[in-house]
Amino acid sequence: MNKTVNQKAWLFVIPVFVLVAFNAIIPLMTVVNYAFQETFGNNVFMWEGTRWFKQILLSDRFHAALGRQILFTLIILFIQIPLGIFIALTMPKEGIGVSVCLVLMSMPLLIPWNVVGAMWNIFALPDIGFLGHSLNALGFDYNFTQQSGDAWFTTVLMDVWHWTSLVVLLSYAGLRSIQPAYYQAAEIDGASRWSVFRHIELPKMKKVLTIAILLRFMDSFMIYTEPFVLTGGGPGNATAFLSIDLVKMALGQFDLGPAAAMSLIYFFIVLTVCWVFYNLMMKNEGQS
Amino acid sequence: MSKISLKNLSHSYLSSQVNKEDWALRNVNIDWNDGGAYALLGPSGCGKTTLLNIISGLLNPTEGQILFNDVDVTNKNPVERNIAQIFQFPVIYDTMTVFDNLAFPLKNRGISEQEIKNKVEEIAEMLELTSTLYNRASGLTADGKQKISLGRGLVRSDVNVIMFDEPLTVIDPHLKWILRSKLKELHQKINRTMIYVTHDQTEALTFADQVVVMHEAEIVQIGTPVELFEKPRHTFVGHFIGSPGMNILPCKIDNGAISINGNMIETKIDIKDKSFSKTEVGIRPEFIEFNESGLPVKIIKVSNTGRHKIIDTESESGKIKVIAKSSTNIPTESAFLNFKKEYTYVYGDNWIIE
Repeated sequence: MNKTVNQKAWLFVIPVFVLVAFNAIIPLMTVVNYAFQETFGNNVFMWEGTRWFKQILLSDRFHAALGRQILFTLIILFIQIPLGIFIALTMPKEGIGVSVCLVLMSMPLLIPWNVVGAMWNIFALPDIGFLGHSLNALGFDYNFTQQSGDAWFTTVLMDVWHWTSLVVLLSYAGLRSIQPAYYQAAEIDGASRWSVFRHIELPKMKKVLTIAILLRFMDSFMIYTEPFVLTGGGPGNATAFLSIDLVKMALGQFDLGPAAAMSLIYFFIVLTVCWVFYNLMMKNEGQS
Repeated sequence: MSKISLKNLSHSYLSSQVNKEDWALRNVNIDWNDGGAYALLGPSGCGKTTLLNIISGLLNPTEGQILFNDVDVTNKNPVERNIAQIFQFPVIYDTMTVFDNLAFPLKNRGISEQEIKNKVEEIAEMLELTSTLYNRASGLTADGKQKISLGRGLVRSDVNVIMFDEPLTVIDPHLKWILRSKLKELHQKINRTMIYVTHDQTEALTFADQVVVMHEAEIVQIGTPVELFEKPRHTFVGHFIGSPGMNILPCKIDNGAISINGNMIETKIDIKDKSFSKTEVGIRPEFIEFNESGLPVKIIKVSNTGRHKIIDTESESGKIKVIAKSSTNIPTESAFLNFKKEYTYVYGDNWIIE
């Protein structure tokens, strides 16, 4: 049978195309445009070629921000993923406790990001904040506004508080979907608690954990609001992660060209890591 | 190897039990002899799996005791009881190869590498898994996966009992037959106690020496397939076993005389007058003949299966099915039925009167 050729169906795609154009394509293309030009205002632009890209890629400032960013992401992944799995494993499986735990776990996820930053800022203040004051009262010399170690500690703690729940909820969903027969069979096979986790629970959670790691990677790699409100990137540049540094460059110094080039490099890194990661995690899926 | 005894076993999934229906198992007493091949037969939801899980130790009974060789194991876990159980749906360890899957129960018990290898290869051979032994188990079909589950149950040679919980549900019919014969063969070879749960009477009757029939949380009869067929002790057994099942007709007992709607029925049983809320006569279609006189019926339908004819008739007390040889001439409209005396039973409140 011959298919009739009718290209009119493309018309139906137009609304989506317009929408995506306005919220993604046009802004992105504007950034691409800035990345290759120099401007001194008044809408006058000069062609600069790849100069800004070279400048960013070779700058110590970018390297330092990228380093801080990678370190931050790795730390929170290494804390949140195991901690999330652990909490999910210890959560009740039936009864009223389930709803109570789920509501408690969802709470941090429902709080707007700038509110989280503000909460933790006040919470951690060394003179009046509960955390800061308590730590100092216990004899620790803690001041997140002046000591970079303390700033990191507070930022990481805040992120763990804010986002571990997401990993918990995903892992819990994965665990609940395991048939009881698996646990019964393992019990009869004489499997240890560790074997049950290693050979039943972890493989069955693989898909949700892939999603959890991807989401946590992307969000933490692009983190802006919370550290901006908490530390403003300081003290000095100690907690100036990529996005904070980017905003400083674009809006603080009004270096539109280099900032645009940096945005594209930043975007490219996130995209590449997600792609590689996703493919690695899903490599064996075809067989099963 | 041991004899397994269940004493006054009852189980309920509810925290308080008010009605009969609140119990998943009611007062089960049974001895499973060492080396026997048993089938646990009953419709879905009658408590078969509950009973199995209590024997294996996955469930703690609400009341009663489980003894292995007269030793109370009621509070022991599955590992201590040393049993094997195979579930309805394949359970495999996704990350392991077929070999590691089969070896897993042995490894957990600290058995030597060489012995594990021998044992696993022997089981793989039997289940025809040798060619895929070093593949990842997750890549196999449902059949293959269930064979692994079976293999894991059979790989330990010292277990007290091997229990199968409708293990062939996911297997296609042709392979089902082969695997069932394999299990039967294996039973003769290793001589372990096996308990096979099923709701399929053919499966039960072909596998087992002794069939345990369950109905509404109770054991209604234990016997050989022939006993279940020839002398059902409960109307449910008569109805559930056989195709078509036993005819059950309401009857009256008056001074030891049994009658269906005024027609006297002869049995070999000497009935004392006891009070029952319901009395019935049970007769299998195979043991009914057409005659010149007897219970009057109307012929409704005759179906010829090739081997024999199944005749649906209607009496004033209800429908009666008759099985006759293909060569038999069937009366066309009305007829009279005679029941073979030695296979006619009387049931009081569903239980046989003897």
